[in-house]
Amino acid sequence: MRKWMVWMVVCTAFLAFSPSVSIGAEPRSGGALNFMAPYGGDVMTLDSQRTNRVQDYLIAMNIHRALFKWDAEKNRPVLDLAESMEAADDGVTYTFTFYDNIKFHNGRPFTVDDVIWSYERIMRPEGEISPGMRWIGNIKGADAFGKGEADSIEGLRKIDDLTLRITLKDPVNIAYALYDSSLPILPKEEVEKMGREFGNHPVGLGPFKFDSWTKGSEVVLVKNPDYFEKGRPYLDKVVYRIMPEGAARDLAFRAKDLDATIVGSTQYPGYKNDPEISKNMIEVAEMFTRLMGFHPDYEPFSNKKVRQAINYAINDKLIIEKLLKEKAFNAVGFLPTTSPAFDETAEPYGYDPEKAKQLMKEAGYEDGFEFEAIGTTNEAWGTPVLEALIPFLREINVTIKPVQVEGALLGERVDEKNDFQAFIWSYESGPDPLAALKRWHSGTPANAGNSVVYSNPEYDKLLDQAARTRDEAEKMELLKKADRIFQDDAPIWFFNYNKAIMAHQPWVHGLQPVAVEMMYQDMTNVWVDETSPRAKKK
Amino acid sequence: MFAYAVRRILQFIPTILAISLIMFMLLNVLPGNAAMMAMDSRKAKDPEMIEQLKKRWGLDKPLYVRYLLYLKDLAHGDLGRSFIRGDEVGALVAARIWPTLKLAFTAMAIAVILGIPLGFFSALKQGTWLDTASMVGAVSGVSVPQFWLGLLLMYFFAVQFRLLPPSGYGDGDIAHLILPSVTLGVGYTALLARTTRAAVIEVLNTDYIRTARAKGLSELLINRKHVLRNTLILVMTTAGLQFGFLIGQTVIVEKLFSWPGLGSLLVDSIFMRDIPVTQGCILVIISVFLLVNLAVDLLYAFVDPRIEYS
Repeated sequence: MRKWMVWMVVCTAFLAFSPSVSIGAEPRSGGALNFMAPYGGDVMTLDSQRTNRVQDYLIAMNIHRALFKWDAEKNRPVLDLAESMEAADDGVTYTFTFYDNIKFHNGRPFTVDDVIWSYERIMRPEGEISPGMRWIGNIKGADAFGKGEADSIEGLRKIDDLTLRITLKDPVNIAYALYDSSLPILPKEEVEKMGREFGNHPVGLGPFKFDSWTKGSEVVLVKNPDYFEKGRPYLDKVVYRIMPEGAARDLAFRAKDLDATIVGSTQYPGYKNDPEISKNMIEVAEMFTRLMGFHPDYEPFSNKKVRQAINYAINDKLIIEKLLKEKAFNAVGFLPTTSPAFDETAEPYGYDPEKAKQLMKEAGYEDGFEFEAIGTTNEAWGTPVLEALIPFLREINVTIKPVQVEGALLGERVDEKNDFQAFIWSYESGPDPLAALKRWHSGTPANAGNSVVYSNPEYDKLLDQAARTRDEAEKMELLKKADRIFQDDAPIWFFNYNKAIMAHQPWVHGLQPVAVEMMYQDMTNVWVDETSPRAKKK
Repeated sequence: MFAYAVRRILQFIPTILAISLIMFMLLNVLPGNAAMMAMDSRKAKDPEMIEQLKKRWGLDKPLYVRYLLYLKDLAHGDLGRSFIRGDEVGALVAARIWPTLKLAFTAMAIAVILGIPLGFFSALKQGTWLDTASMVGAVSGVSVPQFWLGLLLMYFFAVQFRLLPPSGYGDGDIAHLILPSVTLGVGYTALLARTTRAAVIEVLNTDYIRTARAKGLSELLINRKHVLRNTLILVMTTAGLQFGFLIGQTVIVEKLFSWPGLGSLLVDSIFMRDIPVTQGCILVIISVFLLVNLAVDLLYAFVDPRIEYS
């Protein structure tokens, strides 16, 4: 009897903590899923090599495949098209063996030549957008090819049609180096035939084929019956509705017209307290860190004690609770809790007005100062937050003047012209902790991401050392140390890591807490049961 | 009349040129640029690529050179190519104009069918409860924010009663058209009702109506032959002018209802600093505005035989 009860408790606990995988139910094939593309602006292109926007990637990722994909459960990139990857002892050479049943949506079998051609296209964008250059540049000889100094990428060697040897420039973690949404393998003949139209009629290797696109309204994908993973995908159709308005998404979700929705802070309290909706919610600490950057050229901010004082003076928890409605996790360092290099032992600054006053006194700013902070209207990392800082900073005699700007202007002032005293924004802080921390390396120019012109030789040294270290555990330790130094130097106010929330209908299974970006849902394993109103829709 | 129409259309050219210059200058002095926006600003970026993009899009050339190049393309009927999407602006705009026109014309039809009779009868029953009720309705209709009204309609008709789809374009069916066009049309209906009422009251107080009554004509005949026809000129002017504003208002409604129209294309391209698309959208919207006004002017002649175009 007791044993039976223990099992009951275990099972209940298991069910309660597994966000969307229902135990016992066999996945079912068929049906349609009404999903959304929730971010501002339209979908621009479905050619993932030619965009850098989440709104485009979140759809295109189900049309295309690459060498690596994100595994939400393992919380790291894993092999995708390749059956196996063999690493040589030199730490830079890897041999990939691909599955032999992979076909493009046009029916042509995939070969290693497609990888080589795709990577070459990324390195020679001919003036077009090609964010993947940053990653493919990790391959030996890729930069030389990009500059036209070589006819091919030296580090890519075809062994046979399904075997490829990749040699990297440095012994970095290849999974992170070649995992990015901008690196899909595309069919040369289709890209060359269609030219720029390819982005409107993509052909890929993914679980879903492109069906139609009503610009500004929706993109429809249909099942790829020849997908290389047998029995996948389950769904016959996925519809991505382009819905930037949170209130409209909320109503469409409640009308059961959407099968899942991303939840904003306005809807979050209502969803959390709804006995039905709250049963089907997935939460994750996304790899985005919200921060206020201080410009060191503004005299008071050149003083570390002043920056630390600001971190102590603000009650972040209260702001997260009252303004963000708990839709965020309190930040500790730059790396989020879901990062493999997150230091569990690190403590956040915490709210300590006395210490803040003390530091201001020591810094010689007892009488305070005034500064201007720019931000967009964003509720979680914009002027509403800056306004909430006013009373806290007043306690240490600091006057903050929030100035509202629009996204494009903020980008220009912060990144391009580096002209600000302080700004509030959200920065990508994953998935690769080394790449994320490199942003603050003194070798990174302000217009490439080091907007607060952070420079600390000790920090640089740790990062350089981590880049050379092949032992993963050791590397993580170095990165943890670097993040601690960054935290102590406080070139930014550490505000929060986004708590991304997705609510779904009870009939939807297989959606996952994806820490890189909640909207990056791989639809390969997603299925709907018979209770879905679209269970039989083709 | 044909000659008049041709002349008016020719007059569009300087208007459009002037607008294109102002628009070009405004868009190009705005801070921020498409190259920055194309690379997600939350990510670390490659400054070299941003420079290359700017060069490719001609953003490194002096302003007057860019304007002349733009005019040259425009003269060839080429609206250019979107920076970020890579599509031809002409094709992008062409695909989006029909949904917007469909929305705007439906909203206008709702307004004309409901607004004009409502205003007419309110005026005839001036001072009665019917008049008060319909004018309270009209004032509310003009005042209600579209965004809020749209959500309210969505809530009742899609969530509560499950009668209509909450948003989207569907396959162009009527069910998807109802909520956005009503949202867009309510303010317009209210405005037309108020304008019609005011116009009718004015006509009712004129001498020729008194004469008609003195002649012993029936009320029905007076209303139909004298009041209605004399009111129409004013109502048509308002309706025509407002149609232009209606096209402008589609921006909010299209965003809210995921409607694949010109309004949402315009907003997206402004935020992304996609200058060619923004220019294309504005030019098309202005042309529609000018054409509708011309159509209204030509219609005057039918309504009022005293007006002649030569």
